[in-house]
Amino acid sequence: MTPAEFLRQPPAQGPTHALTEPQWEALAADPELPLLALWGEPGVVRAAFQDGNALRLVALAAPEGQYPALSPARPAAALFERAVHDLWALEPVGTQDGRPWLDHGRWPVLNPLSGRPVRHGGAPPQPEFLPAEGHALHRLPLGPILPGIGEPAYLHLAVAGEAVVRMEARLGYAHKGVLALMPGKSPRAAARFPARLQAEATVAHSLAFALAAEKATGTEPPPRAVVLRAVMAEIERLSVHLHIWAQVLALAGPPALADQAALARETMLAASQIAFGHRLLMDRVLPGGVALDLEERGLSILRDALLLLAEDLPRLARATLRHAGLVEALTGLGVIPPALAQDYTAGGPVARASGVMVDARLGPDASPYDELELEIPLHPEGDAAARLRQRIAETAESRRLLAVMLDSLPDGPIITPLPQRGGEGVALVEGPHGPCMAWLALDDGGLIRAAMARDPAWALWPLAEAAAAGAGLEQLPLLLAGFGLTMSGMDL
Amino acid sequence: MKLPRLLTRPIAQPPPHPSAQLVGDLAARLEASARRRLGRGLALRHIGTGGCDGCALELIATRNLVHELESLGLRFVDSPRHADALLVSGPVTRNMREALEQARAAMPEPGFVVALGDCAVDGGVFKGSYAVEGGVEAVMPPDLRLPGCPPSPRQVLEGLLALVEAQA
Ligand code: SF4
Repeated sequence: MTPAEFLRQPPAQGPTHALTEPQWEALAADPELPLLALWGEPGVVRAAFQDGNALRLVALAAPEGQYPALSPARPAAALFERAVHDLWALEPVGTQDGRPWLDHGRWPVLNPLSGRPVRHGGAPPQPEFLPAEGHALHRLPLGPILPGIGEPAYLHLAVAGEAVVRMEARLGYAHKGVLALMPGKSPRAAARFPARLQAEATVAHSLAFALAAEKATGTEPPPRAVVLRAVMAEIERLSVHLHIWAQVLALAGPPALADQAALARETMLAASQIAFGHRLLMDRVLPGGVALDLEERGLSILRDALLLLAEDLPRLARATLRHAGLVEALTGLGVIPPALAQDYTAGGPVARASGVMVDARLGPDASPYDELELEIPLHPEGDAAARLRQRIAETAESRRLLAVMLDSLPDGPIITPLPQRGGEGVALVEGPHGPCMAWLALDDGGLIRAAMARDPAWALWPLAEAAAAGAGLEQLPLLLAGFGLTMSGMDL
Repeated sequence: MKLPRLLTRPIAQPPPHPSAQLVGDLAARLEASARRRLGRGLALRHIGTGGCDGCALELIATRNLVHELESLGLRFVDSPRHADALLVSGPVTRNMREALEQARAAMPEPGFVVALGDCAVDGGVFKGSYAVEGGVEAVMPPDLRLPGCPPSPRQVLEGLLALVEAQA
């Protein structure tokens, strides 16, 4: 039996296979299943693998604080291993890269989640970057405060003339320690953390967390809540895609078109405020259901907003994709081959624009999409032009889904209480930039013992780094804009 | 003054743009205070110190709405050296403290520091984490606090207007 076949069997208990060290080693050596996330608990290392649209979870006891590294066969593991070492003091044996990731040497403690953090002082060390070879190279440090309005990141560029030879991103500036803030709280009380993991996926992370908590406690959310959550998830996808669309246009398109995309986004945000009481839909999805019902007025505002968009967006899409200057700037820029997208377990529009069909809406947490005849567009070219086309096409599908769902909202309650009991749950939700995973373990009193959230940025940053190599320096902002790179969700 | 485009856009149904009126109001007030008394307006630099990015997204929404107000003196700049005000959003993480301090030092005096959003006001939901210093106040005194999670474009514009008026 291959490791993958073994993991397809149901675990003895809960969603996780408890592995022996030889089993973990066999899994580490066989890269068939791509790694979605790696995290820990004191003395335990945990991993989630993607198997088509399904998830396979494993855990290994690591009483000595060591485990066989996954990164030699799976590049997607490399950043996770560095973060897991920083937070849980779990050491990947056999890794190529032992540099810290989230820990910049500025926290008052070392290994804050290890169960026995030690105090830490002294000056922060100088970060180390990978060497770049070649002559006439110069270094261009950017950040952590980057141009424009956004999140912190440090981009270490090696440049030859006008060409980027290597871009290495250093993140962790937005590390807030959320995984340490959740334990000891009920899922309801802790829901504000996944809601604030990453604003471009507040609905997606909240929903993944809610589903995980519901599975851990054996709770069925009411049917009306299930559809309202999907309504919010599609509003979020539509609004975020419009945001990226506007950003790309602002960099290389006519300003008037960028304004129209931004205005379309504003239409959705203003409608969300009226319909759900929050422009970004934060804190609306809760374990057990949703926080607030959609009333008649909200329903009609959402329908109006969709009507406006139905009029404007097809026109805007045509104008965008026919703009010769924009299309020329995007075509051939930053090509991601499908194999590379798969190496990093990328999903979302970036992977689909490289011809990789993965979408968590087709997976086990698919309700209510399984009844909506989801049609997911696919653009195989893999360049920046395909990534923009992919997002534009996805806005049309989200609009269609919204119209259908708003016409067929089930009646009934919107939230149900969670029983106070122990358990473990995991869920995967398709966010605007890719799959958002939530895992949690509850103690017998129903309080969180440990939690993990996986943001799509874990895959997108390495892909952006790969795509940047060879691009022109002045193309870099345009290249990066289309990826939907975010920091906070990955920085935890 | 040219009407903001939002006001002229034909909308058949009740407008889903509560922001239209706001932009009109603020434009009038800005015109009165900023142009006549100030002459040079206010240059803004945003600094994300580790929040969830919600405040930054709403600041981008604000910037899109204030397009028409730019001629009246509100503008965004890339370097803190050219800024009159730093708009700080997010709790100040330990990993961002130094960068924020450097930006403050680079901004010419008298510069304003605005705590944008609950996180920047007092650390928000991340208060007490090993990884955050707290709000902006933990590092430097803010001149203006704009609570909200995130503050809406209306609240952001009201706040910026107060700053312009205070500066005049
Ligand atoms: S105040 Fe709210 S929206 Fe702003 S950064 Fe903090 S959590 Fe995000």
